[in-house]
Amino acid sequence: MDINDVRGLGSVFALIAFLGILWWAYGSSRKKRFDNDAQIPFLENEEMPAHDDKDRSK
Amino acid sequence: MSTAFDHPEYNYKVVRQFAIMTVVWGIVGMAVGVLIAAQLAWPALNFDTPWLSFGRLRPLHTNAVIFAFGGSALFATSYYIVQRTCRTRLFSDTLASFTFWGWNAVIVAAAITLPMGLTSTKEYAELEWPIDILVTLVWVSYVVNFLGTLAIRKESHIYVANWFFAAFMIMIAILYVGNNLAVPVSLTKSYSIWAGTIDAMIQWWWGHNAVGFFLTAGFLGIMYYFVPKQAGRPVYSYRLSIVHFWALISIYVWAGAHHLHYSALPDWAQTSGMVMSLILLAPSWGGMINGMMTLSGAWHKLRNDPILRFLVVSLSFYGMSTFEGPMMSIKTVNALSHNTDWTIGHVHSGALGWVAMVSIGALYHLIPIMFGRKAGDMHSIKLINVHFWLSTIGTVLYIAAMWVNGIMQGLMWRAVNADGTLTYSFVESVEASHGGYVVRVLGGALFLTGMLIMAYNVFMTVRAAKKEAGNAVAAQA
Repeated sequence: MDINDVRGLGSVFALIAFLGILWWAYGSSRKKRFDNDAQIPFLENEEMPAHDDKDRSK
Repeated sequence: MSTAFDHPEYNYKVVRQFAIMTVVWGIVGMAVGVLIAAQLAWPALNFDTPWLSFGRLRPLHTNAVIFAFGGSALFATSYYIVQRTCRTRLFSDTLASFTFWGWNAVIVAAAITLPMGLTSTKEYAELEWPIDILVTLVWVSYVVNFLGTLAIRKESHIYVANWFFAAFMIMIAILYVGNNLAVPVSLTKSYSIWAGTIDAMIQWWWGHNAVGFFLTAGFLGIMYYFVPKQAGRPVYSYRLSIVHFWALISIYVWAGAHHLHYSALPDWAQTSGMVMSLILLAPSWGGMINGMMTLSGAWHKLRNDPILRFLVVSLSFYGMSTFEGPMMSIKTVNALSHNTDWTIGHVHSGALGWVAMVSIGALYHLIPIMFGRKAGDMHSIKLINVHFWLSTIGTVLYIAAMWVNGIMQGLMWRAVNADGTLTYSFVESVEASHGGYVVRVLGGALFLTGMLIMAYNVFMTVRAAKKEAGNAVAAQA
């Protein structure tokens, strides 16, 4: 076994890792959690308490 | 800056500081860019002064726009996004403050040393070793603060934007230190520990990943938060974002060799750099498609929201330049494009079209919030629209001029007569480029004008917000 076999194995491992990520990301049992995760930017408190819209008319 | 706008939970002070400095450094960096573009069209503009010569101002321009403008945009948005999506305050206010003052000290030091001609001569890494040490200290504080904030998060999942930010800052730390390792011989002079072809490869390992991680992964982090927020709907496919994140960060690090085509770099390394660059098209477009499709069903919002227009057009430029990049990495194409203005055009379609425009869109969303207003509630929406068109037309003029110049230069340099002699001397190709250089000055000037309009708009927004805050306090009393 020489260095080129190790290089070849490197490519195989990279492919397996990629397919693993695909499987994990697109597995149907995880669909719901990813849909929820996508909502994270909308969960925060939007408003700052300093002052509200009404004050702008003054 | 007023404390009236401090958030009860989050550290908005550092976000506000970096957001304002993004506009300031953007104007400075782009003004230097317009000046050196004008020097290429009219060389007398260097006034025979060493400090104003192209060779010294060009690194000042690149450092100012990438690290001062782009860097400030990344600090502002990453500090903002990580707090909002983790629903917790920053890990350390002291470190946050240190990154702000430290980073600005670096910028000032760069603005002094580069025109003096003090440089390590490595592209996008010109700063000499004492400044490099300060950069490293600031950067490590940034990484600790960011990862520390992720560690104390109240939201169980780490939102995708934060993944991009984390990858960007960790990789930049490794690459920056690796490329800048040097033996100092005096306070202002050092020699790289790398030599010959290895030095070139290390340099472009850094150089291309300054593009890949600083200017791409970081700004994709901005995109993954601000496009959904401004469009008012979640990202098109969260699952695609995971796949394209891992693919993008694993492939980018291998692409740098395409900067060294037809050089002393071994042929196999050039070819592998080309192959990796071609593969890179897929994850790059994964991000572009994910951002664009977030608007599917809501395209009408583009009609009256110039902030969203900034964000979406930045994605079109991102898609365009990440198609152009792999194409230019093909060795036969590179044989024509290498060392021509085509490369400069390619960089600017990414830098102006993608990086600057996505940052500007994010800032217009963010700055009003920093001053107690609603997202995107700037002094004048009309002026945002004017800014949008100046930016778009400026970018298009710039890159079109460089395409024409670049392809013309490549063709002139390779043209040979029947007897094998060169058809054109080099200076003839320079002369032929003059028209394109003038158009580039015009494009750059339009883009800079847009930034000045932005500065006015920000100033008026802050002034009005301060008045409102004063009224609110008076009303309570």
